[in-house]
Amino acid sequence: MNLTMNLFLTFAKIGLFTFGGGYAMIPLIEDNCVTRKQWISHDEMMNITVISESTPGPIAINCATYIGYKQKGIGGAIAATIGMALPSFCIIFLISLFLDRFLEIRWIANAFRGIKLAVGILILDAAIRMIRKMPKKPFSVAITACAFAAMMLISIFSVRITSITLMLIAALTGLIVFQIAKGKEGDA
Amino acid sequence: MNLLNLLIGFLKVGLFAFGGGYAAVPLIRDVVLSYGWLDQDMLTNMIAVSESTPGPIMINLATYVGSTQGGIIGALIATLAVILPSFIMILIIVVLEKKLLKNPYIQAALSGVKPCVIGIIGATGMYMILQHVFTAFPGGTADAIALAVTAVLAVIYFGSRKITKKGISPVALIGIAALAGVLVYGIQ
Repeated sequence: MNLTMNLFLTFAKIGLFTFGGGYAMIPLIEDNCVTRKQWISHDEMMNITVISESTPGPIAINCATYIGYKQKGIGGAIAATIGMALPSFCIIFLISLFLDRFLEIRWIANAFRGIKLAVGILILDAAIRMIRKMPKKPFSVAITACAFAAMMLISIFSVRITSITLMLIAALTGLIVFQIAKGKEGDA
Repeated sequence: MNLLNLLIGFLKVGLFAFGGGYAAVPLIRDVVLSYGWLDQDMLTNMIAVSESTPGPIMINLATYVGSTQGGIIGALIATLAVILPSFIMILIIVVLEKKLLKNPYIQAALSGVKPCVIGIIGATGMYMILQHVFTAFPGGTADAIALAVTAVLAVIYFGSRKITKKGISPVALIGIAALAGVLVYGIQ
């Protein structure tokens, strides 16, 4: 089997069998790409995890692009990334065709009224897990607290400020604090 | 026009979805609510569906919104748009051998963005919970049934971690919530 096809199929398999996304995918990617196919080393895998934390997008997609590119250039990157996304694309596309009618069935609508209550808990839990893993520097904690307060106020009062604006302000704050710290070092 | 909006909307999501997993939820919420593509209830339903089907949540949501707004073409555009920024970013980083990420200014900006994302996710989860347990939020009265079900779900989800190390999975919580919905709202 040629390598491009192999990349595509391997990542399609990974995409098909990982639920929930995010870090749940790492063991499966590691098993396939490090242990079995030996496309990358364990150290490189750790490396991608670190890169993923600083770049946008799901870690699974980041891994697929990285491994695909290392193995077979741009073509490999495209094959692996499309492979990764294809199973969820097909499944969700099918669901989108009948979900509305499905939700008209009374007991299913009731089930979703229950499910709705779980989703907020899951999202809050994702934030709690991230806080636990975050280095507790005063600057980081202050930014998290301010972002939380700002986002709550924006949602409650329906202010037209998006989360992207908040992220840009946070980036700018990071740069200003860095400049001030550098200035102080210069003085000393 | 709608297709162009899908392209721009999901490029924005893809470009700012730092942190993976649920990190994209606040961004997608901003975009779909502002264009009126989904209402809050349908968005919450789809987050639960995305969690229960394979693949990254961000891709699942993009495919669903694209499909409901523009059929198969819409689904393709939204899904590719949400992947593209992270795809390009990883290629740039691989080619530059991570030099970009070691740049102190980029590090400084990221030191602000990362904790900000955590605050945004936390506030989104919290706001969704409040929206569901009050008849209207802000301003409504508490919905006793929703409040009770939410409390029970939270105790089950967080309490299960005291019993087994990993606790129950998000998919299991969604299953329990669905069952609770069928029982509680069915009997009513």
